[in-house]
Amino acid sequence: MMIQASRKRSLRELLISSDGALSVLVVLLGFLCGTILILVVGRNPVGMYKAILQVLTGYNIDRGRFYVRYIGEWLAQSMPYILCGLSMAFAARTGLFNIGGEGQYVIGLTVAQFFALLGPQIPVLHWMIALVLAMIGGALWGGIVGWLKAKYEVSEVVATIMLNYIALYASRILIMRIPGTNTYKTPDYPVTALLRAPFLEKLTSGSMLNLGIFFVILSVIVYWFIIEKTRLGYGLRATGFNKDAARYGGIPVVKSIVLSMAIAGAFAGLAGGIVSLGSFRFGRVLSGNDGYGFAGIAVALVGNNTALGTLLAGLLFGMLSSAQPLMESNSIPKEISYIIQGLVVVFIAIRGGLRIVMTYSLKKKAAQEAQGK
Amino acid sequence: MNNIIGKVPTILMLVSPILITATGGMICERSGVVNIALEGLMVCGAFASAAAHFFLEPVLGNSLSVWVSLLIGSMAGLVFSYVHAFASVSLNADQTVSGTGINLLANGVTIFLSQILFKQDRTKQFILGMMPGPGGIYPTAFIALLVIFVAWFVLYKRPFGLRLRACGENPQAAASVGINVLRIRYAAVLASGFLAGLAGSCLVLTTNTQFNSTTVNGHGFIALAVVSFGRWKPLGIAGASLLFGTALAFSIIASDYTLLRRMPTEIFNIMPYAITLLTLVIFSGKNYAPLSAGKPYEKGAS
Repeated sequence: MMIQASRKRSLRELLISSDGALSVLVVLLGFLCGTILILVVGRNPVGMYKAILQVLTGYNIDRGRFYVRYIGEWLAQSMPYILCGLSMAFAARTGLFNIGGEGQYVIGLTVAQFFALLGPQIPVLHWMIALVLAMIGGALWGGIVGWLKAKYEVSEVVATIMLNYIALYASRILIMRIPGTNTYKTPDYPVTALLRAPFLEKLTSGSMLNLGIFFVILSVIVYWFIIEKTRLGYGLRATGFNKDAARYGGIPVVKSIVLSMAIAGAFAGLAGGIVSLGSFRFGRVLSGNDGYGFAGIAVALVGNNTALGTLLAGLLFGMLSSAQPLMESNSIPKEISYIIQGLVVVFIAIRGGLRIVMTYSLKKKAAQEAQGK
Repeated sequence: MNNIIGKVPTILMLVSPILITATGGMICERSGVVNIALEGLMVCGAFASAAAHFFLEPVLGNSLSVWVSLLIGSMAGLVFSYVHAFASVSLNADQTVSGTGINLLANGVTIFLSQILFKQDRTKQFILGMMPGPGGIYPTAFIALLVIFVAWFVLYKRPFGLRLRACGENPQAAASVGINVLRIRYAAVLASGFLAGLAGSCLVLTTNTQFNSTTVNGHGFIALAVVSFGRWKPLGIAGASLLFGTALAFSIIASDYTLLRRMPTEIFNIMPYAITLLTLVIFSGKNYAPLSAGKPYEKGAS
């Protein structure tokens, strides 16, 4: 009896003390609400879970067969989510809210497309330089925000929202200048610019999985290393905890903020580069936002801004996204995955409050127990 | 010159939704709650009224159906904004996170419901949208004028407005003289939801014949820019809306002018955002934003 009570309480305490446990709970809640919604509109939620199972394991229950391709597609879809999540998370560690992942992503995409179409066609170097330039583009776009914030006290939330749309329309203007471009696409890329990797395609029986995956893995490691293991990361985190204390402690706060936004932008820019050269064979004239930058906010929130958490959350969002076509074929509107994403973010917003409520009820219980004795 | 006057209805058509949304944003931020969910709330309103108008038009006739749909759209915005109010006022959630969540959620929910109701990723087309009045000017322009006037009157001429502004500047002080900060912030967030929903309805009923994922297309974020460019004041917001709405209108009508035809129309799309960013830099240091905007209010905390 005693043991049971203490175990029950320890679960609650776990939820209060551990961000990871709370994230899992929030995600489960999101799925629960999504499932209920599907039931309410009179569809069968099993279709959604079948789709998710097929994405995760490649196994199609109805046909009883494995399709490795779906695992490849899942990983490929997850790449921009993970990178944009890292972008948001990195800024968040410095106490900044980077809603600008979308704009930084668009700049990266635009720069990569330009270099892919107009750069010298040297094997390997071609796409590699394109990706590096995409990162630099994203870093500059993010760095501007940091600079405005540090120098002119412009709120990074407002600045990034403005820059998102400036990036989108500027990208349209610039890409349409490329010869042979119509209102929605450029001519095809030269082969040297593509991130295609025959061995990865063979491994996953023809999925979109490409060389970008190695850069994503590298990014997660670099993120973890910078944040946890370097003096730079320490300074950035200190700035995030308490700007004034950091300044007093001799950390160059202005430089920290600019640098943090620039590194955040580089992650998102890389995402843009990888999507443009990995998932498409031609450059796109964007008619609207791809949404990875906004989803990245959710990814970072679910992942609690840690390297591992963001990786896992990115894989989760990639899974939802690559399950969409399968859900459609199970007659479930694919937008359910956006709803689950949105719900997860709303739940995360209120989890602070949830925590307060739980702590309060724990205290009350403890007080009651004390009284009972 | 005559040519320009002919474009006034188009300009007003685009200014109105921005002005209405921005007024809501202003009310919300003056009470101390930042609302970046304006975009999502507009999406909800636009969807609800487009769907309602599609179903009601054959039953009620065009003009009655338009007004009922406007109301339904506004209520949809209000209901959705309740989530933001609950999260950011009752639970002290991070207002930016909550707003982002609503933006994501709104895009999902509206298209999801379109799939269920109409079996496609947008609503079905209604027969006729809102009818323009004399001079080709849509009634939405008058709605917008009324909204900003009432907002000004309430904010500056009524005790409620004074209390609301006090909550945005210094909620602790406001609470110390007996103002219920939570209730006022709730009212402000719900008002902004109602207005954003109304604006979304106006937008879809005047500029479009159906709702789809690109109907709102950043108007809510332009409204956010308007609030900040208009320095959180009714007159400033009216002026900023006029300026930004005109810029948007030119992205559509520029092709009518030989002088402007050579320019990419996207230049006009960029203008609202670039101007806002520039003014934020130029007027940096002078903070016009309500002092406590974005900060959760905790009872008893000093």
